[in-house]
Amino acid sequence: MTWRRAPLAGAALLFAASFSASAQDGPGGGQTSVAVADEGKQIYEQICQACHMADAKGGGGAGAMIPALANNPRMADPAYPTIIVLKGRGGMPWFTDMLSEAQMAAVITYVRSHFNAYPEPVTEAFVKKLAAASPPVPDGPGT
Amino acid sequence: MMSDLTPPTRRELLSMIGKIGGGVAMYQAMTALGHAAETQFVGPPKLGGARPGSTVLVLGAGLAGMVAAYELTKAGYKVQVLEYQDRPGGRNYSVRGGDKIVEVGGVTQTVGFAPGNYLNPGPWRIPHHHRSLLHYCKLFGVELEPFIQNNHNVFVHKANAFGGKPQRYKELAVDFKGHVSELLGKSLSAGALDAKVSKEDKEKLIEALREWGALDGNLSYASSLTVSSQRGYDQAPGGGVNGAPTPSKLNGLSDVLSSGVWTQMAFYFNYVMQTTMFQPKGGMDMIGKGFYREVGKMVRLNTKVTKLAQDDKGVTASWQDLKTGQMGESKADWCVCTIPLPVLSQLDLQVGPKMKAAIKAVPYANQVKIGLEMKSRFWEENYSIYGGHSFTDQAIGLISYPNNNMFKDGPAVLLGAFASGAGAYQLAGMTPEQRIEAALAQGSVFHPAEYRREFLNGASVPWPRMPWILGCTSRWSDASRAEHYQNLVAFDGRIALAGEHASYYGGWMEGSLLSGLDAIERLHQKAMAT
Repeated sequence: MTWRRAPLAGAALLFAASFSASAQDGPGGGQTSVAVADEGKQIYEQICQACHMADAKGGGGAGAMIPALANNPRMADPAYPTIIVLKGRGGMPWFTDMLSEAQMAAVITYVRSHFNAYPEPVTEAFVKKLAAASPPVPDGPGT
Repeated sequence: MMSDLTPPTRRELLSMIGKIGGGVAMYQAMTALGHAAETQFVGPPKLGGARPGSTVLVLGAGLAGMVAAYELTKAGYKVQVLEYQDRPGGRNYSVRGGDKIVEVGGVTQTVGFAPGNYLNPGPWRIPHHHRSLLHYCKLFGVELEPFIQNNHNVFVHKANAFGGKPQRYKELAVDFKGHVSELLGKSLSAGALDAKVSKEDKEKLIEALREWGALDGNLSYASSLTVSSQRGYDQAPGGGVNGAPTPSKLNGLSDVLSSGVWTQMAFYFNYVMQTTMFQPKGGMDMIGKGFYREVGKMVRLNTKVTKLAQDDKGVTASWQDLKTGQMGESKADWCVCTIPLPVLSQLDLQVGPKMKAAIKAVPYANQVKIGLEMKSRFWEENYSIYGGHSFTDQAIGLISYPNNNMFKDGPAVLLGAFASGAGAYQLAGMTPEQRIEAALAQGSVFHPAEYRREFLNGASVPWPRMPWILGCTSRWSDASRAEHYQNLVAFDGRIALAGEHASYYGGWMEGSLLSGLDAIERLHQKAMAT
């Protein structure tokens, strides 16, 4: 198992800057040294399942849903999850300040293959290409 | 030069400006005179009389909704409030023994705290300059007590500093200040900064650094009783024959730098983090309960809004009673909607594309808080820590010591985690049992002998999994502010949004109140103009 620290140095700067700019309440101990894994399954467990749940079925009631990632036909298009991870949608933030493009590729590959039937990997190059192209965020719940 | 004319005092002048120009003019004048730059609150709104029979529907009985209901009612509006939860307050929230915490997916914790103990999962500290919040606390008889924000005797822990052994904040902070003062003082003395500093200022600055940094005659930061009078002694001063103190050893510059202590030192300089801070006695939800005593008769709890429509006559909210299943509609002339954006973005909402886009453009932060009830106050008895926060770079972020019941026997609740960022996602993704285990394992670094031994029970609130909000607080960026903020706060027909997300004080109760007050002042202007 390999652990990645490089992106967090950048994240620390972003977080510190956003704290003073937004003046939100926060722990105030500076950035943690919490490292996000490189491997898709572990990234899913460390980040994504906080909201999308361990079984990737999401949850919540009508009108206050966390979307399911499992058995989600929109995952057929690899651009769909990639754009949302890059740019956020609704209550979900962008993850550019927490995950590298390689980590995004790894976790999207995991979600598409493990919780859906789309085994072909999403590559780091694909994520980079979409990050540069910056297409609009696809519609989601309530739209 | 003195003048024979007696100028008006500031108070007289401000009173005059206030009478002529109203609150906004007075605020601007106060700012110009050096007062009141701290909050945009200049007192409760003076709306004057509403048109007879005017009605307002408020969605959400958090602080923004309840302040709107309270002030609108005072002005003569007939107000109804619809609230999804079975309690008022929203994120103004405390959990106590017997309370249930239900997460998305149905996982339920029953809090096991002893009577009188509580956890504030949301807001927990009130800056002294959040004057609208303090105003309503006083008005509603909500008793406040000091919140111990800056405690010099707490610990700072970083896995890669001091072999992972926590250090007292005061030692690190004094050492950081001393080393930096020495470097700067010696640079000045050697003439390295002569191009930047005049001769006169250079002398003053060297003297300042000598005093501020507790440097010796050679501008060196070295172990001495003077330094120990700031960072603490090896043997503290005593009485009688062995009363003489001995100085403590200092940490070297490299070790101090590796501790990152400047992040805590800088944190306490933040405007919203400066002392004095407050908390309500008995739990943060005393504030929501204070409002509810005033507006409770207008509030319909357990009411889930499913649709909000409007036309040129008024607004109609469709809802379902979550206890009985009954469906209903509420109509009014105007609507103040405080539903949090992750939920509002999924609501059937009849507003224009600009407001809709704004509602969808604001993600929410993911904080996690964990309360740990301990058998005894060992942090006080064994460590002389009374309130304040010990910081760590682990996922939990910090542990924070209770500000109430000091020196008492019996169980007390520590804040065992206030996590954000990647650490909060990790903790939120766990089961409640795993979260408590993680909090115990990580927090033990500060109090290894006592932490697990004294532990009784714990409760966690993972905000991303709270089904009524799906997040903790709004996260604006400079770009999203520029593109969407004005569209979010502007009236759309007969609907205005309010809440911390509709303020520049995101995540603070002050922002919720200021947003609610601003919305109803504009509502009143529109209502009187039509």
